[in-house]
This record gives sequence, structure tokens and C-alpha cells, in this order.
Amino acid sequence: MALNIPDIKRIAHLARIEIDDAEAAQTLDKLSGILSLIEEMQAVDTAGITPMSHSQDVVQRLRDDVVTKDNQRDVFQQNAPAVDSGLYLVPKVIE
Amino acid sequence: MINHSLKELSQMLAKKEVSSVEMAQTFLERIQKYNPQINAYITVDADKTLTQARAADAVIAAGNASALTGVPIAQKDIFCASGWKTTCGSKMLENFIAPYDAHVIAQFDAAGAVNLGKTNMDEFAMGSSNETSYFGGVKNPWDLERVPGGSSGGSAAAVAARLCPAATGTDTGGSIRQPASLCGFTGLKPTYGLVSRYGMIAFASSLDQAGPMAKSAEDCAMMMNVMAGFDERDSTSLNHPKQDYTSELNKPLAGLKVGLPKEYFAEGLDADVAKVVDAAIAEYKKLGAEFVDISLPNASLSIPVYYVLAPAEASSNLSRYDGVRYGHRTAEYDDLMDMYMKTRAEGFGAEVKRRILIGTYVLSAGYYDAYYLKAQQIRHLIADDFKAAFKQCDIIMGPTVPSTAFKTGEKSGNPVEMYLQDIYTIATNLAGLPGMSIPAGFSHGLPVGLQIIGNYFDEARMLNVGHAYQQATDWHTQMPEGIE
Repeated sequence: MALNIPDIKRIAHLARIEIDDAEAAQTLDKLSGILSLIEEMQAVDTAGITPMSHSQDVVQRLRDDVVTKDNQRDVFQQNAPAVDSGLYLVPKVIE
Repeated sequence: MINHSLKELSQMLAKKEVSSVEMAQTFLERIQKYNPQINAYITVDADKTLTQARAADAVIAAGNASALTGVPIAQKDIFCASGWKTTCGSKMLENFIAPYDAHVIAQFDAAGAVNLGKTNMDEFAMGSSNETSYFGGVKNPWDLERVPGGSSGGSAAAVAARLCPAATGTDTGGSIRQPASLCGFTGLKPTYGLVSRYGMIAFASSLDQAGPMAKSAEDCAMMMNVMAGFDERDSTSLNHPKQDYTSELNKPLAGLKVGLPKEYFAEGLDADVAKVVDAAIAEYKKLGAEFVDISLPNASLSIPVYYVLAPAEASSNLSRYDGVRYGHRTAEYDDLMDMYMKTRAEGFGAEVKRRILIGTYVLSAGYYDAYYLKAQQIRHLIADDFKAAFKQCDIIMGPTVPSTAFKTGEKSGNPVEMYLQDIYTIATNLAGLPGMSIPAGFSHGLPVGLQIIGNYFDEARMLNVGHAYQQATDWHTQMPEGIE
């Protein structure tokens, strides 16, 4: 499928990445090349083939629903851009 | 000392010929001398390194040393190491201090190894040349105008220039093996699930796998003894029995059945690289290996499938970088959405953005079946090709990369051309199989790697196959000129 500039802007918005017109044009060019590479897949008949997500025949492990970690909030928040009283600060979301 | 194997370094420490502190200092001095030129390391912290070395010396003095106690190892900057800056090659994590240890780091710490520093890499491990690093490209020690490969390019250049005895890497589509080929050393990507991904910054979780990068197969075997093992903190970690990867190193190769996939010797392979690979095959024949022709009919689909699956998983994994809990946050913004959009526009480089966008697109409403599901189905076909091939042979061999190291800037404008670097390595990631690259010679003064692919959990045999060759040849001992 051929993409256009509005498509690029829509995808960038979904990905939460700001993109200006010049960058969108450049990105369109590069992404079109990558997508035409990907299109090679469509020639393959995959009817009835099971999708593969892990090479081994494994199932997701479960564990008991118990606390296994200590509270390390203070350590983790040392990397945060903005905190106050143990809370992560973000711009106001509710008026 | 700089050319010694891990085993020799370990023996020197045990015999007290040198202390761990002195050994670390030797490499720290080399880093100081060569890193401004090569840019292999992002973070070096001599105090931290020497503190670990002093602790290792105490363990050795007390007679409690194990195989890697006191040996310095460089760590790819994708592994969280408590108290160390861990950037993943990105502006997004420029000031991120890891609050905990990755499993791999904890395993090396427990073994008494010394962390020599954090090595440069393509941003979020997305690249085949190390040119996408926010901290600048890495030079190939064999020719400073050329790239070392990627994404583990810093580890690769550090091993090649002897700025460390060995290093760790990660491999999602070839990021250990391709730089091993381009920089002339031994690199192993283990079976998916063998080495825990806990604390290893995620790129494409169903493909990412950590492994050793070192001068020889024997060194890689010693590192695998430390790195491999079940870890309940990684949901895809496999509960495979612990084994000694050095135990089969010296087995004779007589009767070994090696498959040569015709697709790996077809159009696109550089003629001089083909000659080097053919010579390596001839050497293996002398060592008693028997060769059969095999086919991996879906191999050519590896790149299209990979460039759906890896970006899709990356777009999901990298959604965590939102400027709220850690990492870069833009300086000025109007509201929360604006903060997300500007933070991510500033924090990610061009290639990372491209992959996030591709991933977002293929996962967006209406396209899931045509792209992600289709790719997972073809992934199954690719894995089945290998299954069929391993009924005819024990090991698969071929080139690691179609050509030798290219010049900086040569491919950075054309993503598709860059992606073709991994044409022979990606299929093993998709199948979850182990793959290795060993130095097999040179073309116009640049190293060429031979790829060795094994069946699931057959790392010990692959290392045996690599070691036997390295006992008969000396390609793996060669060092770049101009670096003393």
C-alpha cells in the first residue's frame, strides 16, 4: 500500500512523535522503501500456517500472586524528570 | 597481556603473576589511549572498575576464585548495571542511572568478573553500523574510515583493538555476529531463551538475545558458562539444564555433517568473501567434516518478516519512553500530549523513529492480519526450513555477512541497503536458533567471518566446531595494524 504525507502524520501521531512537514516528506520516502521490501511477504501462501511467537513449545509461566519485591520508589524516582512527595508530576490533565 | 585468552588471564591471576587491579589498569590505560579515536566506550568509570578489581583480588587471595574472577569484561550499554549510566546509545537515556542489575550483569558480578565499562552501540540496538548512536559512531580498528558493524559496534571495536579481553553483546537480527565478522573475532548468539533478558533494554522481545563477544570460541565458552541459565524474571527464559560449554571444545570433528545452504552462496555474496568462506570449508574438510548441500527455501523472506516483527515489537517496547518516569523530557510543552510528542521527537534518533513508525503502522487497525500475523506465519515456515535442514546435518555453515566492513556514511542514507547487512543472520533469530561468527580470513585487509549455525541448545558443539578451526588456523589471533 502506498503511503502519503497525511498517512505519515497520522502514524506519527499514533506513535506520539511530533513531526514537521519537511521531516514527514523525508520519512515518507524512507518508509515507502521499507514497506515495498515488506510487501514481498504477500506473495507467500500462508493459509493454515500457525503464527510463531516463540521458537520453543512453551507456555507462559504463572506464579503465586504474592509480593516479591521491596518498595524501591525513592531509588526509581531518582531518574524521574519531575517528582514531588513521591509522586510523578505531569501537566494538568483535568481542568 | 592484551592478547591472552580468558583462560590464560585467569591462570595469571591464580598464580599471582598479576593482580586484578593491575589487569584492569592495563585495559583502562588502553581505553584512555585509544578510545578518543575509536569511541568504543560510552562510559568508563575507573573507580567503580578498580573497586570491583580490589574485591576480586581479595577473593583470589582467599582461594575462592572461579574461572572469571578478576577478569575485566566490557558490557554493552544495553545492560542495566546498578549505579552505572545505562544509555542504550540514546539521548532518551543520556542521564539514566540504572537502579538495578540486569541478570547478565549480576551473573558476571557473582562470577567475580570486573566491569570494565559500558560500550557504544546503535541507538536501542537498531542499526548495523553503530552510526545511529547518539554518542557518535565507532571506528573499525582494522580501518578507521570504516564502520565496526552493529548494533554491538562498541563491544566489537573494543575486542578487536584489545580495549578489553572480552565483551558482551546482544543480537536481534545479527548484532553480535555481523560486527564479529566485520571486526574479526568470535561472537555467539545463543538459542533464544538461554540467556535471560531481565534488565536488558528491550528492542524486539521475541528476538533479542544476549551473548559473548571474544577473541576465541574457548573464551566464548567460558563466558557462556556465566551468562546462560534459567531466570524466572524473564518470562521467556527457558529452564534448560546448566551445562559446561567448555567440556566439548576438544572433541575431534571427524564425521561432523555440515550443511551448506545454497541460498547463502547465491547472488549478492561478494566474490572475495566467498573465496575466504570456501577456504574455511576446505580447512574443515581437512579436519574431518563432511559437507552436504541443503536448502532454506524461505530464507529470502527473512528480511521482510524481520522488518515487520522487529519494528512492531519495538514500537510497543519503546512506548515506555514518555518523559514521565525516567529518561528525557522536553523543556517546554503546552499539555500532556504535547509533552509526549515533543519528548519523543527530541529523545529518539531518525532510525529509531522510522522503526517505531513502521511498527505503529503494521499494528494499526486493519493491518494486523496482513502484516504482523502474516510475518509470524512466515516465521514458522523459516523455522521449519531449519528443522528440515537439521535432519540432514549437525551444523550449518556459510558467510556471516555478504561483504566486509563498509565506509562510514556509505549506507546510512539508505535504510534498505543497510538492512541487507543482516541477510544471512536474521533467519536464525527468527527461528530462535544459535548462531556464531568466527574469523576466517581477510579480503583486502578486512576481516571476513564464517557463520556457524547450530540446532537448538547445541552451543557446546558449535563452540567445539569453532575451537577446532582455531586450533588449526590463526585468523583469530590477528590484530589490527596501528594498534599496539
